[in-house]
Amino acid sequence: MSETPATPALPATPGQTIGPFFGYALPYDKGELLVPLGHPQAVRLHGTVTDGHGEHVPDAMLEIWQADGNGKVPTATGSLVRDGYTFTGFGRASVDNEGHYTFTTVDPGPTEPGKAPFITLTIFARGLLNRLFTRIYLPEDAEALAGDPLLGSLPEDRRRTLIAEREADGSLRFDIRMQGEDETVFLTYPNLEQ
Amino acid sequence: MTDQDQGPEESFVHLTPKGPDDAADTQSDLDREMARISEDYTASGRTETQPRLDYAPYRSSILRHPTKDLHHADPETIELHAPAFGERDVHRLESDLTIQSGGEPIGERIKIRGRVLDGDGRPVRNQLVEIWQANAAGRYIHKRDQHPAPIDPNFTGVGRCLTGDDGSYEFVTIKPGPYPWKNHHNAWRPAHVHFSLFGTDFTQRMITQMYFPSDPLFALDPIFQSIVDPKARQRLVAEYDHDASEHEWLLGYTWDIVLSGSNRTWTEGDSNV
Repeated sequence: MSETPATPALPATPGQTIGPFFGYALPYDKGELLVPLGHPQAVRLHGTVTDGHGEHVPDAMLEIWQADGNGKVPTATGSLVRDGYTFTGFGRASVDNEGHYTFTTVDPGPTEPGKAPFITLTIFARGLLNRLFTRIYLPEDAEALAGDPLLGSLPEDRRRTLIAEREADGSLRFDIRMQGEDETVFLTYPNLEQ
Repeated sequence: MTDQDQGPEESFVHLTPKGPDDAADTQSDLDREMARISEDYTASGRTETQPRLDYAPYRSSILRHPTKDLHHADPETIELHAPAFGERDVHRLESDLTIQSGGEPIGERIKIRGRVLDGDGRPVRNQLVEIWQANAAGRYIHKRDQHPAPIDPNFTGVGRCLTGDDGSYEFVTIKPGPYPWKNHHNAWRPAHVHFSLFGTDFTQRMITQMYFPSDPLFALDPIFQSIVDPKARQRLVAEYDHDASEHEWLLGYTWDIVLSGSNRTWTEGDSNV
């Protein structure tokens, strides 16, 4: 498997906003718990979503997808009905009324030796006409971060928007600014650029 | 926070005459803005397939779209894969939205069926499809939906299924009604069903809305019109499908969904996963 983009024969169906009324439909019990609370390696990943005026966005939904602690890509089913033991790598969380989200997960390992580990993030919100993608890099491995091709392609003031902050209690803090000063870097990929 | 604090949004406060809380813009104001954007697009000679993120006629997008260009990333391993869902996650009865509450919901019973394909026409197999929608009266089961239309105690409007080996999905539901929202004065959304889709790559993840043929509200709706290309917009409109209709039971619609191409180079082994 390589990263050569496929040449699509069919034009993609357009996206649309998630709208305001997803709350009773998409979030599900334990969606934000990739590992149970109290798991020995549990890490809190949290932050706020803000708009172009710096106001909290109270109607966003976030999804993460990541490797496990050893850098292995999960293949197990069971994200929607968690058994408390199987790491599926996927989580979904709505923000609260103050635009704050929380996942409980583990630090992903590098998927290849020397690579900077990151968590992929997808953002949906009322007012956002199509989903946004970004990456949440772990802050620790300075050498890997310095050698990362994506981070290396960004100016310093923008690349830091993709690197989570490790808090004193071990939590990862990652804020999402949809617009404005310190606007988060949002990503596009070859398959979306055709 | 109250609705009054939040400005234009897709919830509803019932004020037939324009009141202090009502959006000031008229539909004619919106129509002019949308027509101008459409003319500029036609003149540009470009072809767009996705909605504009920056589409001011949808007022809520003004402060919620990135102002900088999306930054190119070459996908890494995790981005070339997607979460797996299976029978542990989804019960097969979840695809029938008319049997979830013990009694028959009110409205026009319909079937929506189609296939989920990737950009190369490959079926997206055994993958999660989620839908949610308003009831026949245009009301969601959501505490922020204050549209004074009746809630149907026998209809939640939420369904899920897994695609088959040929990428096929099928839901039985009730045709949703159009509903008012606060983007501008006398704003109405065309009837739609929200769809949430996963592919084989996480970068194929998408959420969209399926519409019904010949809706008179299409031209008036800034969310639909945020897809400025008319052909691309049409890809969100299901077709009436008499072969999917069932004698003395329901009407059928067909809607195929194409995700973006996969970034993977596929081998025979991959396609059988």
